[in-house]
Amino acid sequence: MTATPDSLSRPRTARRVARTAQRAEQAKTRLSSPWATAISIAVAILWTVPTFGLLLSSFRPEQQIKTTGWWTFFSDPQLTLKNYTEVLFGGSTQLSTFFVNSIVITIPSVVIPITLALLAAYAFAWIDFRGRDFLFVAVFALQIVPIQVTLIPLLQTYVDLSLAGSYWTVWLSHSIFALPLAIFLLHNFMKDIPRSLVEAARVDGAGHVQIFFRVLLPLLVPAIAAFGIFQFLWVWNDLLVALTFAGGTQNVAPLTVRIAELSGTRGTAWHLLSAGAFVAMIVPLLVFLSLQRYFVRGLLAGSVKG
Amino acid sequence: MATVTYDQASRIYPGSDKPAVDKLDLEISDGEFMVLVGPSGCGKSTSLRMLAGLEEINDGAVRIGERDVTHLPPKDRDIAMVFQNYALYPHMTVAENMGFALKMQGVSKDQRLKKVREAAQLLGLEEFLDRKPKALSGGQRQRVAMGRAIVREPKVFLMDEPLSNLDAKLRVSTRTQIAALQRRLGITTVYVTHDQTEAMTMGDRVAVLKDGLLQQNDTPLNLYDKPNNLFVAGFIGSPAMNLLTGKVTNSGVDVGAYTVPLEASVKTKLGSETTATIGIRPEAFRIVGSEENGLTVEVAVVEELGADAYLYGLLNGGTDEQKEIIARIDARRPPEKGAKVKLAADPERIHVFSTTTGERVSG
Repeated sequence: MTATPDSLSRPRTARRVARTAQRAEQAKTRLSSPWATAISIAVAILWTVPTFGLLLSSFRPEQQIKTTGWWTFFSDPQLTLKNYTEVLFGGSTQLSTFFVNSIVITIPSVVIPITLALLAAYAFAWIDFRGRDFLFVAVFALQIVPIQVTLIPLLQTYVDLSLAGSYWTVWLSHSIFALPLAIFLLHNFMKDIPRSLVEAARVDGAGHVQIFFRVLLPLLVPAIAAFGIFQFLWVWNDLLVALTFAGGTQNVAPLTVRIAELSGTRGTAWHLLSAGAFVAMIVPLLVFLSLQRYFVRGLLAGSVKG
Repeated sequence: MATVTYDQASRIYPGSDKPAVDKLDLEISDGEFMVLVGPSGCGKSTSLRMLAGLEEINDGAVRIGERDVTHLPPKDRDIAMVFQNYALYPHMTVAENMGFALKMQGVSKDQRLKKVREAAQLLGLEEFLDRKPKALSGGQRQRVAMGRAIVREPKVFLMDEPLSNLDAKLRVSTRTQIAALQRRLGITTVYVTHDQTEAMTMGDRVAVLKDGLLQQNDTPLNLYDKPNNLFVAGFIGSPAMNLLTGKVTNSGVDVGAYTVPLEASVKTKLGSETTATIGIRPEAFRIVGSEENGLTVEVAVVEELGADAYLYGLLNGGTDEQKEIIARIDARRPPEKGAKVKLAADPERIHVFSTTTGERVSG
């Protein structure tokens, strides 16, 4: 055996590696220049100022909120926790109830679509069946349908099924809207898992259920966490779907619906808006911080070579 | 332990009308190490995957022992497979990787641990049992993949180019280790490779495939000494056999000015064909005097390997003018570059093939 083709291609590969390294170096210097740093700091400040103002406002007394802007705090500092106590436990607002409603709405609305999408994604990725590609494209194409179009027909269906006024309307709607994207994303992640891994499991004697739970699921944790966070934030912050299906019923309406009402529909209490917003913000923040460690890369490292 | 039989087994990929494996007939006896070899796309991996149950069998049958497994799923075939990229479960430790198949069989935890430990000892993996695959080197991963197969004590081992991701030196040592291990365990093994050296050194028997068709199936030495056709002749052996086309005359075959003598029986077999292809292995050549009957070759390169030297030269004259000729020569007296030498072949070691069909004509 001669080694000629190998030794010929080596300098070329080496050159290519050198060029990539050079480009990386260039990008690095460009990104870490003082100008870039200054601009990113400016952008960061600009983005944080409104949130900071909101935070400050939520602690200011009602009279002050209604008459002056949050920046007056610096000339006339007055702080109170009254807004928070009122927003959470006050007679007219009682956000704590709605807070619980939000949680009851959100958790199934995240769990149901992820569970269904995982099963569907597995089938689309690893089981050969007739019409698979067509069905997959069809599912993905469903995303084109704007949810606004579906609201009224869905509501009618719920009324016909006498589900109206229950949590099921919101759970089902969120699941329906989330499924196309969830299936698509999880399918792509599942396809990225090397085929030989699934084949090895099949040869090792695992059936579909075992392959799914023992081999694929542990490897999909980052994908599930990522989609879970998005879906959680989407459902938690959603007003449209909740207002349409649960807005009329006080005991199933979520936080967002109640906060929207603060600013007008039933008696103005808009000095409580900022405090309400922060109450609503706490949970997504906690969810994000606790799940972000699952956004780890390289979970597949060491499985296959090349 | 069991025999493996391919009975007219074919695989046609959807959307293609040419079979990837065409009516493969192959008998592998109990405990045998069978190597499937061929260039890429020849159907060797497909054949292996058909045996594994990862590829559908469109026609014919595959049997393991007496049992027809043609339509059984992989898990019911009692086989173990080593993949080219190892396919280790990245979220499991080495011990869990190796014990996975036993866990699927419902073997108790103690039993599992015992077997994993035995296999780890055999492969020198004991100290790595608690590590994840990503904390292992390529060679260690390869051994874990082997271990995963051994632990199961299957009827048949299937190996799909398990050495191709290792560096050259490790490949050679692992090659002998695998062959020794297989002999020790005595488990029927089907091994796929594209490397003919691997095939020759490891296999009890070697099956050469091309374009989905079995070309020849024999012991390594027989493949080398009596290749069935031009493809096998050119594929087996390194450096490759010299294949030269010449005119059939009364006295033999004329390749340029060199007349290769033919036996009478070979001549009758050639019949009315006017040309024939002569195959001469590099070591069958010797340098002869300039006035003797031989091939005139202009020396291009001499590769000196210490024990041997290989002469790479360009042929002068004949229909194959300028064709590269490789000859093994005395390492101590190499000819100079650019010199013209005359090479003659040992008449006992000349292979004759029909130019039209490519089949072997000489006995």
